[in-house]
Amino acid sequence: MADTTLKSVGGFLARQGILVAFAVFMIGFALANERFVDIDNILGVIRSSAILGVMALGVTFVVISGNLDLSVGSMMSFSTIVVLDLHDKIGPELAIPAMFGMTLALGALIGFLVGYLRLNSLIVTLGMLSAIHGLTLTYSGGKNMDIDDKQGTWFGFFGQDEVLGMPVPILIFVLLAAVLTMLLAKTPFGRKVYAVGGNGVAATFSGIPRARTVFFCYIISSFCVATAGLIQASRSLGSQNTVGQGLELEVLAAVILGGASLLGGSGTVIKTVIGVLILGFIQNGLLLIGLEFYFQYVVTWAIIILAVWLDIAVKRGHLWSPIA
Amino acid sequence: MQKSVLKNHAKEGAIWGFIVLELIFFGIAGEYMSMTETAFLAPDNMILLLKQSAPLGIIALGMTIVMINGNIDLSVGATFALCAIVMLDSMTWPILAPLGDWAIPFAWGLALLTGMLMGLINGLIVWKTGVDAFIVTLGAMLGFRGLVFMYNGEQPTFHLNWTMVDIAESAPLGIPLPILVFAVCIAVVWWIMNRTVHGRNAYAIGDNREAAVNAGIKVGPHMVWNYVLIGFLAALSSITFYSESGSVNPNDGMLYELWIITAVVLGGTKLTGGRGSIIATVGGILAIQLMRKGLGFIGADTAMVNLVIGSILIAVLYLDRQLNRKGEEELKI
Repeated sequence: MADTTLKSVGGFLARQGILVAFAVFMIGFALANERFVDIDNILGVIRSSAILGVMALGVTFVVISGNLDLSVGSMMSFSTIVVLDLHDKIGPELAIPAMFGMTLALGALIGFLVGYLRLNSLIVTLGMLSAIHGLTLTYSGGKNMDIDDKQGTWFGFFGQDEVLGMPVPILIFVLLAAVLTMLLAKTPFGRKVYAVGGNGVAATFSGIPRARTVFFCYIISSFCVATAGLIQASRSLGSQNTVGQGLELEVLAAVILGGASLLGGSGTVIKTVIGVLILGFIQNGLLLIGLEFYFQYVVTWAIIILAVWLDIAVKRGHLWSPIA
Repeated sequence: MQKSVLKNHAKEGAIWGFIVLELIFFGIAGEYMSMTETAFLAPDNMILLLKQSAPLGIIALGMTIVMINGNIDLSVGATFALCAIVMLDSMTWPILAPLGDWAIPFAWGLALLTGMLMGLINGLIVWKTGVDAFIVTLGAMLGFRGLVFMYNGEQPTFHLNWTMVDIAESAPLGIPLPILVFAVCIAVVWWIMNRTVHGRNAYAIGDNREAAVNAGIKVGPHMVWNYVLIGFLAALSSITFYSESGSVNPNDGMLYELWIITAVVLGGTKLTGGRGSIIATVGGILAIQLMRKGLGFIGADTAMVNLVIGSILIAVLYLDRQLNRKGEEELKI
């Protein structure tokens, strides 16, 4: 009896759990500090989450297809450094497509290794994390990269400007999220991604090109990484080699928080966006109610585990794991 | 059966073959390309290499156990830093002041307890909630790092105790202490995994958890013990390293987990659990350290080291896959 109640109440919470949690946090913070609901504050939070968010959109595809991508942090450093370097050499008009091309090539390499050669994605992307970091350092010679003429370039548009009162990073984030939602929810490709992640063997037997689907998930991921690198480069017009270091795990945390299962087959773009926003607003809210900046990490730890635990508990109908 | 045993031996040998190749390569290349007069293979240089391998190596032993058991631990880098802070900070506590130099063992003990507590927390969550170990320790990695930063902000924590430095720098029988600690850890962990019931059960659980449950093995407690063990080893590694330097940055230990997993995988331990060897992990650590040091010796920079190690990891994975193609289940993380 108690179990069925748990199942029905929990079932609702789990289906909408992440939204409920989000709402609770927002209301709590809003009551604690009215500056929290200030429109400038909200835009500020979304804007500073945009880079992480754009990367998380791509990783969502990879995770739904049943794989991991730990290389996005180093790859983002790479694209930031490359576009800043090329900006002064061949001008921004050519630098941006060149950087996208190079980043997509890296994504294609990972996609080939994981999709076609069927190597374990955790280890491949772990290796690529290290290798791409090396590539970035080789490219830059270990130096920080800066644009010479920071005043006379329009390159700051993607990170600093506003269009119709909205900061451009937010517009890019929203636009990309909308396009990728359509791609994942409304197209045959999207259905293939779910099928491959849900049950790879069954998908193969159903004639779904597993290798190609996984390959394109990594292409999408690297496209998002290149976009994030563009925003990052444009925002600061200068960068260190390690700008994206450690982001891979935060991105993954946001995706998991959004409810995507690491086993693949579940998750949506919108939920990932919510996961990203939760991370951003928690950080902001904790600061506004006067807690230490780093306390957010401890809270994030608790939230990630609670979110996934709740999800699992509902599916198995028991709060505690049956393992002896 | 016979054949697979042979094959396993061949694969465990592969990492040592690789190390020999590295030694030969850097030995010869070092003659021509090195900036310094000393040879790469000089005993002093090799001892230094072993000493530098110790901190990562000690944690890698723990990671091997956890991975054999079918889990993973991404939080060891943060635990490493947290234990260092506890150790260095506790020595300045007024309550320990009357103890004089006897505060050192207390500080060490506290650091070890901290490490074990962190492992215990991870283990209990993995066991009781049933959440995937990857997610639990990913969260813990953030959480523990948050604790590190909350302890002392972005300031480095330092405390220089010359007695402690003397102990850490001592070299009984001419062997630096960190190497001895590493050697003892290898022996003990090898013994646990190969000569005790716990070790045998850990392999069984990693190989097939359901079968292990059906065989009446208490899966949960074994997993918790393994996490406590890796926490202990992370603390021990922290002690051997920071007793000498006496200063810890809040960012220390970041990405350690990735280096360590790389070494463990190079040593042939399976991410899916059930297979792996302590000795081969030592090989994996040595191979990585040789590569880092050797490439540095012939004048390559960190960039090249990162590039090479990343590529080798993927190449090894590919070769391993070609050598023993298995069913679809290997594709999952």
